[in-house]
Amino acid sequence: MLTSNDVRDDEAMQERHVTQLTDVGEDIILSTHDLHVFYGQHEALFEGDLQFANHKITALIGPSGSGKSTFLRSLNRMNDRIATVTGQIMYRGVDVNQPAIDVYEMRRRVGMVFQRPNPFAKSIYDNIAFALQLRGVTDRHQLDEIVETSLRQAALWDQVKDELNKSALALSGGQAQRLCIARAIAVKPDILLLDEPASALDPVSTSQLEDTLLDLKQKYTIIIVTHNMQQAARISDYTAFFNAGRVLEYDTTSQIFTNPQVKITSDYVSGNFG
Amino acid sequence: MNSKTQNKMAIGALYGIAGFVVLILLALLGYILISGTPQLSWHFLTAPAKAFLKGGGVGVQLFNSFYLLFLAMLISFPIALGAAIYLYEYAKNNWLTTTIRTAIEILSSLPSVVVGLFGFLFFVVKLRLGFSILSGAFALTFFNLPLLTRSIEDSLRTISETQREGGLALGLSRWETVTKVILPAAVPSILTGVILSAGRVFGEAAALIYTAGQSAPALNFMDWNPFNISSPLNPMRPAETLAVHIWKINSEGIMPDAKAISSGSSAVLVLAILIFNFAARYLGKRLYKRLTSA
Ligand SMILES: Nc1ncnc2c1ncn2[C@@H]1O[C@H](COP(=O)(O)OP(=O)(O)OP(=O)(O)O)[C@@H](O)[C@H]1O
Ligand SMILES: [Mg+2]
Repeated sequence: MLTSNDVRDDEAMQERHVTQLTDVGEDIILSTHDLHVFYGQHEALFEGDLQFANHKITALIGPSGSGKSTFLRSLNRMNDRIATVTGQIMYRGVDVNQPAIDVYEMRRRVGMVFQRPNPFAKSIYDNIAFALQLRGVTDRHQLDEIVETSLRQAALWDQVKDELNKSALALSGGQAQRLCIARAIAVKPDILLLDEPASALDPVSTSQLEDTLLDLKQKYTIIIVTHNMQQAARISDYTAFFNAGRVLEYDTTSQIFTNPQVKITSDYVSGNFG
Repeated sequence: MNSKTQNKMAIGALYGIAGFVVLILLALLGYILISGTPQLSWHFLTAPAKAFLKGGGVGVQLFNSFYLLFLAMLISFPIALGAAIYLYEYAKNNWLTTTIRTAIEILSSLPSVVVGLFGFLFFVVKLRLGFSILSGAFALTFFNLPLLTRSIEDSLRTISETQREGGLALGLSRWETVTKVILPAAVPSILTGVILSAGRVFGEAAALIYTAGQSAPALNFMDWNPFNISSPLNPMRPAETLAVHIWKINSEGIMPDAKAISSGSSAVLVLAILIFNFAARYLGKRLYKRLTSA
């Protein structure tokens, strides 16, 4: 595909290696085309052409300030009031980066979990149930059931099943983060975006969270930003390497970590910079 | 002089200043309470005032103070809440919001006597509301609105941005996020602000002297029809409050026990404001606990 973007990249003389997942026969659920993000006059993302495979975990890695969060937050339009996002975001064949899209509905399909656990000042139960209630799910049994399955999927049910009415603010960091995951999947999304979800957690909670994400892969497509190379290597199927607002390399995770094609990627994953 | 002694001296000076402030406060409170509490009795708190004779009470004034406070809050709270939500949650930073903020800033530093005179000219004279509870309530609203708006805005500011993102990321609209996520979390802090501002309004005199008036006609506490002139609820009657009463007695009181009544009223006023302050702390803390624990 030849776009004006290719010309620009030639000008930048960047060494790049971006695999088109359609070429390797993946089922693509989400893809971006010529995505640019501006904070005011400042362009933070110059090129985002990535394809995300259904029911796979994709890791976004790269040095601080390289535009990973900027890219991720554009995918569910969380940058709407903050930045100008141009280009296409194709979700199941629909460009969701256009004004006519119902952004609330779209965010229910593309859920998000943040770096710092942000449970609401409500009970554990209400944290999960209240967004559903706002959408008209009022049947108590149905709500109970969704709360339970969401908590089970997020591997939190056994710890909190007897204290669902307790305030969520009393949970530990790891528990709170898993509650946030439960809350996100309760509205039945397709895709989960996670921005460094484990960076505020201790090693034990982190590895529990990783197990949870591997389980969730059966049902959801996961895109995760991480600074932790081992984490990316352990859980992801594909990895995109960001640098200075560009995707420099995109490939299977094993390829990125064992045989990177671009010099900067290899420097980064081997810990020589970043 | 090395930095250690310098530090010690600075700390010493700060302690001195702080101690001095606390001392002034204690002396004032002590004086008012010691000279005032002996006057307090059920009779004093409930009986109507007497203009020429001994033995009057402050029942009507006390009721007026609470009624005015209630009306002023009833009017100013929704407006302040709306303004604060607009300013903090919706408004972008542009010339309009800058203007509004500046206006609020200026309004909040207006001397209350100016607010009172404005209230007199506008509500009492221009709108022909006369010296009445309504005029007083409107004047108090003007007095209270800027401070309350800022206090609610500050409460909203204490709720982390991550809470808003959490709501939006679930597909809630901004309005749903504000009403279902942010406001519930901000309730303890908003409540504290409201009660503290209630204390300020309760003790306000200057804004009321020329709006709610300086007379307290006898009320019939059996008559709750707001359209009857002697009904306590009638919003069109003149209504001297406790704070205005104190000012009045001290400037032109001719009853023989004027001094005692003024001391007693001051004690009631100070006690009420202390209660407001402690209630604010207590309720705020309790609500916060309720939100954060089991
Ligand atoms: N809200 C914002 N307003 C203005 N500039 C921003 C904003 N957020 C990010 N930027 C800028 O965009 C660029 C990319 O930032 P971004 O947060 O996407 O990086 P990142 O890869 O997520 O970094 P980190 O690993 O530190 O989280 C940076 O230059 C940053 O200063
Ligand atoms: Mg980031």
